[in-house]
Amino acid sequence: MVDLVVIGASWGGLRALRAVLAPLTPDFPAPILIVQHRSDEESALAELLARTCALTVREAEDKDRLQAGTVLLAPHGYHLLVEGDEAILSVDDPVRFSRPSIDVLLESAAEHGDRAVGVVLTGANADGAAGLAAIRRRGGIAIVQDPQSAERPQMPRAALAAVPDAQVRPLEQIGPELMRICAPSTARPGAA
Amino acid sequence: MPSTADDPDGLELELLLEAVHRRYGLDFRGYATASLRRRVWRRVTLEGLQTVTGLTDRILHDPRVLERLLKDLSINVTEMFRDPSFHGALREAAIPLLRTYPFVRVWNAGCSTGEEAYSLAIALHEAGLLERSRIYATDMNEGALAQARTGSFPLERMQVYTENYQRAGGARSLSEYYVARGASAVFDPMLARNMVFAHHNLVSDRSFNEFHLIVCRNVMIYFGRELQRHVHELFLDSLVPLGLLGLGRKEAIQPPEIAACYQPLVASEKLFRRRT
Ligand SMILES: C[S@@+](CC[C@H](N)C(=O)[O-])C[C@H]1O[C@@H](n2cnc3c(N)ncnc32)[C@H](O)[C@@H]1O
Repeated sequence: MVDLVVIGASWGGLRALRAVLAPLTPDFPAPILIVQHRSDEESALAELLARTCALTVREAEDKDRLQAGTVLLAPHGYHLLVEGDEAILSVDDPVRFSRPSIDVLLESAAEHGDRAVGVVLTGANADGAAGLAAIRRRGGIAIVQDPQSAERPQMPRAALAAVPDAQVRPLEQIGPELMRICAPSTARPGAA
Repeated sequence: MPSTADDPDGLELELLLEAVHRRYGLDFRGYATASLRRRVWRRVTLEGLQTVTGLTDRILHDPRVLERLLKDLSINVTEMFRDPSFHGALREAAIPLLRTYPFVRVWNAGCSTGEEAYSLAIALHEAGLLERSRIYATDMNEGALAQARTGSFPLERMQVYTENYQRAGGARSLSEYYVARGASAVFDPMLARNMVFAHHNLVSDRSFNEFHLIVCRNVMIYFGRELQRHVHELFLDSLVPLGLLGLGRKEAIQPPEIAACYQPLVASEKLFRRRT
C-alpha cells in the first residue's frame, strides 16, 4: 500500500503542480510532500496551490505529522525530509545549489521502500534524478512528466536517464495516475 | 524511531551512533535520523567505504575519522539577522518587555559562529539596553565557538547582513559596527563586552541560569521529538516567569503540555512568552 507521495518541480512548477493536484479528491489516501524551487521568500505558493485543489496545502513545519490528503510544501530556505510519519526540516548546505533540494526529499522518501511514489516534473536542471533513482532502487514507484509536455524538459529528461523504467506521463495524466495507485480499493474492488 | 530487523540500514545507523556514544561520550542518538543519514553516508563515501558499519569500525579505532564525522554532523550555517522579520519582532515586541527588568539575561542556545549573538547585541545596544544585559551564547561545537570569540565574520557576507539588518528595522548602517580588516569584518568590541561564549550541550548539560529571553533557532530541527521535549523542559527550567522564547521560523513547541506553558507573543515569528 502506497502511503507517501513526494513531488519535485522547478521551472514552470506552479502550473504543473496545479495540474497534478487538481484531479485529487479530498479523500486522497496518502500525504503529499512537495519541493518546488523558489527564488525568493514569497510564501504565497501554498495559497496559490490551495486555490485550485481540494486538498489542504500548507508549508511544512518541523516534525509535522504526515496526514492523508494534506500537502506539505518545503519552506523557502529549508530542506524538507520525511522520517517515518513526520516531516523534518534542515538548513544543511544547499545540494547542487538548491535548498530545498528535490534529491534530499526523494532520498529520504526512499526509506519508505515500496510504499513511496516519487514524481519529477518540469525543470531546467537535474535535481530529483538521484532521488528518484533511490526511490526506485528501494522498490518505490517512479513517475516522470513527459518531457514533451514540460515547460522545461531538462529535469524530466535527467530523471529518465537515471530511472529508465520510470512511468512517463503527460502532465494531465499524472493526477489520475496518483489516484489510481494510491487508492487501490477503487482500482481493485473487493481487494482486502 | 527504533529500527526493526527488516530495516538493516536503520540498524546500522543506530549502531554507529551507539558506538560514538559509548566510545567518545557524544550523544547523537536522539537526533532526527533523516538528516543524519545523509551526512553519515557522505562520510562513508568520502572515506572510501561501502557501508555505515564500515565507518563504525573505522571510528572505533581511529579518532581522526570521528573528528571528520563530527565536522560533517555539525551544521554551523548561520547569518546575522537571519529572518529579518524575526529580529524585527524582537525589536518591537520583546525589547519593550525586556526594558522592564533592571538586568537582562539572554541565552542564545546553539549560537554557532556568533552571528546571531552579535545581532542580538546590536538590537539591545540600539535600545540602550546592552549596558545592563548579558548574552550567554552557547554551542556544543568548540570550533564554532572559537570562531565566534574572534568577533569577526567574513567581509563578503556584509552586503547580505546589511540588507537583513535594515529589513529587521536597524536604525543605522551596519558598517558603523565593524571595520574591514583583510577578508574580515571585525566587530566593535563594545558589542562583546557583556557577551560570553561558552560550551554547552543541549542534550547532556543542565540549566545554568535563569533568563529573560532564550533564542534557539534552527538547532532543534536536528533533534527527534523526544530530544526536543527534553530541551523544551530545559528551557522552561531556565526561563524566569513571563520570560521569552524565540524559535526558528518553522519550529513549534513540542509536546502540547509544554506548548501550553507559553502564550504567543508574535505567533508568526515563533516568539513566545512563558505564562507564569
Ligand atoms: C544550523 S546552526 C544554527 C545557528 C543559529 N542559531 C542560526 O539560526 O543561525 C545549528 C547549531 O546548533 C548546534 N548544535 C547542534 N546540536 C547541539 C547540541 N546538542 N547542543 C548545543 N548545540 C548544538 C550546532 O553546533 C550548530 O552550531
